[in-house]
Amino acid sequence: MDRSKISTPTLRCFVETGPDHLCINVFSSVLPSEVDMSSPLMYGTPSSRVEGTPRSGVGGTPARQRPDLGSIRKAPQVDLHSEPPSADGAVASEQALGQKLVIWGTDVNVGTCKEKFQRFLQRFIDPTSNEDENAGLDLNEPLYMQKLEEISVVGEPVLNVNCSHVQSFDADLYRQLISYPQEVIPTFDMAVNELFFERFPDSILEHQIQVRPYNALKTRNMRSLNPEDIDQMITISGMVIRTSQLIPEMQEAFFQCQVCAFSTRVEVDRGRIAEPAVCRNCNTTHSLALIHNRSAFSDKQMIKVQESPDDMPAGQTPHTTIVYAHNDLVDKVQPGDRINITGIYRAVPMRENPRQSNVKSVYKTHIDVIHFRKTDEKRLHGLDEDSDQKLFTEERVQILKELASKPDVYDRLSSALAPSIYEHEDIKKGILLQLFGGTRKDFSQTGRGNFRAEVNILLCGDPGTSKSQLLQYVFNLVPRGQYTSGKGSSAVGLTAYVMKDPETKQLVLQTGALVLSDNGICCIDEFDKMSDSTRSVLHEVMEQQTLSIAKAGIICQLNARTSVLAAANPVESQWNPKKTTIENIQLPHTLLSRFDLIFLMLDPQDEAYDRRLAHHLVALYYQSEEQIEEEFLDMAVLKDYIAYARTYINPRLNEEASQALIEAYVDMRKIGSGRGMVSAYPRQLESLIRLAEAHAKVRFSDKVETIDVEEAKRLQREALKQSATDPRTGFVDISILTTGMSATARKRKEEVAQALKKMIQSKGKTPAMKYQQLFDDLRGQSEAAITKDMFEEALRALADEDYLTVTGKTVRLL
Amino acid sequence: MPSSHDWINKPLGVVEAMFGKKTNAWKSTPFLCTYFCMFSFQVPSLNDVPLHYLKPNSLVKFRCLVQDMFDPEFYMGVYETVDPSTKANVLRCGKYKDVTECGVDLNSRNTVTAERQTFYCVPIPGESPWAKEISFLSAARVVPSTSYVPSRQKRSYEEDDDDMDTQPQKQREPHTEPHGNGDSKRQETEAPSSQTTTPSDCSSHLDLNFPLPGERGPACLVKVYEGLDSFKLNDTLEIYGILSVNPVLTVIVYPHRDPSLLLLNPTESMETPEEQRAHDPPASLVPRLHMLYARPLQHNNPLLPSAPTEDQSAFVSSFLVEMASVRAELLAYLTHVLLGDGLAAEYLLLHLISDVYTRRDVLPLGKFTLNLSGCPLNSYTERLYQIVQQLVPCSYRLSMSLHTMNSMRLVPKKDYVANRLVSGALQLARNTSLFLDETQLEQGQLDSSGVRNITALGNLISWQKVDYDFSYHQMEFPCNINVLVTSEGRSLLPSDCQVPLQPQVTPPNMEEYLTTIHMAQFTSQINKFRVYLSLARTLDYSISDEVTKAVEDDFVDMRKDDPQSVTAEDLHRMLVVARLLSLSLGQTTLSRDGWMRAKHIDMLRRSRTEQQKSLNGNEP
Repeated sequence: MDRSKISTPTLRCFVETGPDHLCINVFSSVLPSEVDMSSPLMYGTPSSRVEGTPRSGVGGTPARQRPDLGSIRKAPQVDLHSEPPSADGAVASEQALGQKLVIWGTDVNVGTCKEKFQRFLQRFIDPTSNEDENAGLDLNEPLYMQKLEEISVVGEPVLNVNCSHVQSFDADLYRQLISYPQEVIPTFDMAVNELFFERFPDSILEHQIQVRPYNALKTRNMRSLNPEDIDQMITISGMVIRTSQLIPEMQEAFFQCQVCAFSTRVEVDRGRIAEPAVCRNCNTTHSLALIHNRSAFSDKQMIKVQESPDDMPAGQTPHTTIVYAHNDLVDKVQPGDRINITGIYRAVPMRENPRQSNVKSVYKTHIDVIHFRKTDEKRLHGLDEDSDQKLFTEERVQILKELASKPDVYDRLSSALAPSIYEHEDIKKGILLQLFGGTRKDFSQTGRGNFRAEVNILLCGDPGTSKSQLLQYVFNLVPRGQYTSGKGSSAVGLTAYVMKDPETKQLVLQTGALVLSDNGICCIDEFDKMSDSTRSVLHEVMEQQTLSIAKAGIICQLNARTSVLAAANPVESQWNPKKTTIENIQLPHTLLSRFDLIFLMLDPQDEAYDRRLAHHLVALYYQSEEQIEEEFLDMAVLKDYIAYARTYINPRLNEEASQALIEAYVDMRKIGSGRGMVSAYPRQLESLIRLAEAHAKVRFSDKVETIDVEEAKRLQREALKQSATDPRTGFVDISILTTGMSATARKRKEEVAQALKKMIQSKGKTPAMKYQQLFDDLRGQSEAAITKDMFEEALRALADEDYLTVTGKTVRLL
Repeated sequence: MPSSHDWINKPLGVVEAMFGKKTNAWKSTPFLCTYFCMFSFQVPSLNDVPLHYLKPNSLVKFRCLVQDMFDPEFYMGVYETVDPSTKANVLRCGKYKDVTECGVDLNSRNTVTAERQTFYCVPIPGESPWAKEISFLSAARVVPSTSYVPSRQKRSYEEDDDDMDTQPQKQREPHTEPHGNGDSKRQETEAPSSQTTTPSDCSSHLDLNFPLPGERGPACLVKVYEGLDSFKLNDTLEIYGILSVNPVLTVIVYPHRDPSLLLLNPTESMETPEEQRAHDPPASLVPRLHMLYARPLQHNNPLLPSAPTEDQSAFVSSFLVEMASVRAELLAYLTHVLLGDGLAAEYLLLHLISDVYTRRDVLPLGKFTLNLSGCPLNSYTERLYQIVQQLVPCSYRLSMSLHTMNSMRLVPKKDYVANRLVSGALQLARNTSLFLDETQLEQGQLDSSGVRNITALGNLISWQKVDYDFSYHQMEFPCNINVLVTSEGRSLLPSDCQVPLQPQVTPPNMEEYLTTIHMAQFTSQINKFRVYLSLARTLDYSISDEVTKAVEDDFVDMRKDDPQSVTAEDLHRMLVVARLLSLSLGQTTLSRDGWMRAKHIDMLRRSRTEQQKSLNGNEP
């Protein structure tokens, strides 16, 4: 069948408008008395065509109109073999007729369709289901029967049906559902109500159960909608950008005759109400007036949905689509929500003005919603996995697996990362592991909450060492990345802020960069320029992975499971190798210790390096077109590779790896204890585990093995060597990062303080001294150079001991 | 095969005839391309001919920038009409039309729904007056198929035509002096006044959504039928299409209450008035153009053959011979303009031919943002801009005063109420010269939009991209804009290269000095410069392995002497300078000499900046 023609509506028009005689012919010759065209239940086989809920005896459960399906009532059934209508049909037995009857314009036989769907409801079992809405259901029992039970308990008369279930159960039924939703869904409704009231004859619902299919596989992307999808059921994803006020839409008009007060009701038919011209009672023409109060209305809302940014080709603007929500779906979504919509795609010709002879040849399109599914909401419970699942075709997965099986996959991927940036292999490897992330673990049972799986990385170094470029690259690589500069962002912009919607006067919580990059990477440039209050927000995010907000009466905790990739410049514009990391970048050590890896990007200044660098840069400028092409391919593969690994690979530690980790940790502790300082904290162990897991993910391995631990150890050591080396002793000293001061520095501080104390004591009884004088004296006395900072620190230490106080320029003994 | 005359006058007839014959041969793009190229000069251009002189449903061309892309729409590709008298059904083609014939049978089985998309196109923003003038004059050689003859009276016609534009059209006066200096000056002084007066006049009218303030010309809704994916936002195109100004489009068709029917159709009422205004403006102001064929424009310099055909390569090879001499003349000219500073002139020349020729992941290659510091105050920069404007086909001067930075919209923003992309000054065509005048900046407070604007400029310079504001998210659009920053001291914006201006002459009257220099050039000379600048940019360029090696060695040597002074960034810059320097001489490969020259001028420049630093160097 050629679906590019709008066949269904035209056919239906045909039926409805002028030449009714054709189809009526069919019926009048076949079932002259039984087919009542105005009956609301036109579908069943003649035997089931009973007013109200069939066989339920519950007249109290009214049917509810489904404006989402449009006007469906008028679709008559036709005999498949009766074109042209022949007298043969008349002699056929009623049973045989039931088999052959199909709804006009389709190949749907109501009886068969209903039976099939009931069979589906009674038999469908999906033991592998992992959807969270099925939580609490027994997976080995028929899924939808349990849902019906739920309906009888909860009383919400809506049954959501996953189309992929239907497809796996009965492909033909699925095809009919997709192609003729307008006809098939009411049939489903009927089937489910029969089944339900058979089972729970006593339950009373607000209205009859409505079936809401979702997850139709027909369309995933707004851009791929085309004329062939008209009047079919589709599922698209997008972001809500605007919602209208509630619109009351008339479903049934109530007319009263001005002359004899005779009243009549007229139903809406495709957006029109035919006003009766003549009163049936008194035969007066044009005497009927519409009584608004007694007409029936249903709720309706217009929603504008925009293509989600991930689906768009570069360089084009996003498409928008108009969506209508009806009845209880009204006000279910807010602007800014990311949703999956299942609905029927409609095209309406531009209404023609009767006085104008020619019309615009354009159709207006919209979607009538049957089902909404918020993608954000789901993320509160777990990772949004099922939307990603379809991203990978078989061949793609094969390519990725092939790549993964190569022994040097780790090196390959790291060199594919930001190829325009030269060397810094370890940094790239670190970022690569960050992109993969560790395994998410849940310890909420034991009271620890979630265990952070995200790897945080800080890059510091001289300006102009392409830190920003690396950040830009990462930001462009990951789907849920955010890029912000420390200089321009405030705490509010990072977390969330409350905004009053100018239209509705409603307070709306707007999320900032950190929340937006949930499950992604938040790149923060110029980390050092960030104000303290802004930075303090990061404390919670970087360890607990949540964000607490108490603002304008809104108190909430949002998930912000984001990896942070930050870049910081040294305070003195040039990295001072004589100072520790903390002194160079002046960041609080509490924050620094939350970074798993801290790398220095310095200019190594040696000839071999220069030569390679020059070669790299020149090649960058003059590479041929093909090579560039090749690389683009790499970036796409890399993206998919990461997405695949993040979704499907959840490595766990094996026995050997655990042992190796323990050993590594004990070793690290040992190194320090020899010199009287702590060289490792549990945080280091945790990040070691994360890195090892990420490395296992790179290999597509479900087990974390010793090699993973080895690499994690090496990387961590490299990072520490760069960032936590005490410039005075040349040893790696983790306390620089954890406490902000190296052990030697602390020792020296104490020494200076003692020397100062001794000096003051040697001066005898002088209750007050000049500050400058004291400083000069101390400098004169000491062999090592004493800076002003050191002197002040010593004074402060002594003040803490309650030995002296400093007031302005004088120092007093206590 | 239909004649060119048929195509130009009744293209719809041609289409209908072909629809009847069911041939699809003409749909193939290469065919149309060669076909239209053949008689393109006969086709009237929307850019040059006022709308009311063009016949509806005739073939026109339009040189434009894709400013916005609207949602795809479904239309009746094929439909059936019923003749009321004979009751005969006729199949008709709905392609390239806005409205259907009378008596559409909406219930016909033969109806075919097809998809098309609408682009909102505006004339290329910042197109220089000379470029408009030349293309106008060359178009005027052929009399379009209307009674319209371009002549002196044109101006008065245009004025009563474009009632929405209060700025009198000056730039297209047929008798514009060839040097155009006085002309553009008038324009410059008038621009602000037009900006202040237009809002009040315009508010009732349509906002045509031009990227730059004070722009004029027809905007157009282009209906695109084929190859939707090949077009991108901000593409510059020359579109051949069928003009449609059907008045039906103008009347906003509201369904009137029919006595027998209560219309409850929601689709029409759902569009906000703003949206209707943006998407269905009156056809007399924003004509519809049904695209038959579009040619992407590499440049909009009317002096150059625009299509990459054989003529062009012939043109290029003939011009290559002159290249070096034209370069010398241009350099001398620029040196005069830059008050005798040869080095700055050299850099300005390189800047003018720079181009982002490729991108490596996020890094744009080939951009060359120049910061001319130490510019004399008092309208020198304004004069400098006018001279640049005379040389390049597209340019815009952004005076970075506090007020403009705080109030101006630089970044395009999606307006969800009207469902369109509200343009901003950074929505520019490729290779537009953006002249940022930082000398206008005074001390004061930047508000949040000012900060955003400065950030946007910084991003533009460093990454050659603009993040369009889609309210819920930002979207990155790569661009290719030559940014020239003039400032007193070092610019607050990043730049690839800073050159402190060292005037060798101090003319007592700057205005007079520059005017005389400008007047001294003949039009033919200036035209040569224009061709030179556009052409140098399009040349291919490569580097041999041997020279690569030499460059590498050189870099290592430089680093050996003083690792602090030469960084990777310096190498980046020198490679760009070397490339531009070679291209400016018409050489398509880098020679050793070329590299040494690039190194040499960069050295000179650096010593100059260091000198500058030590001069004002109070810093420790």
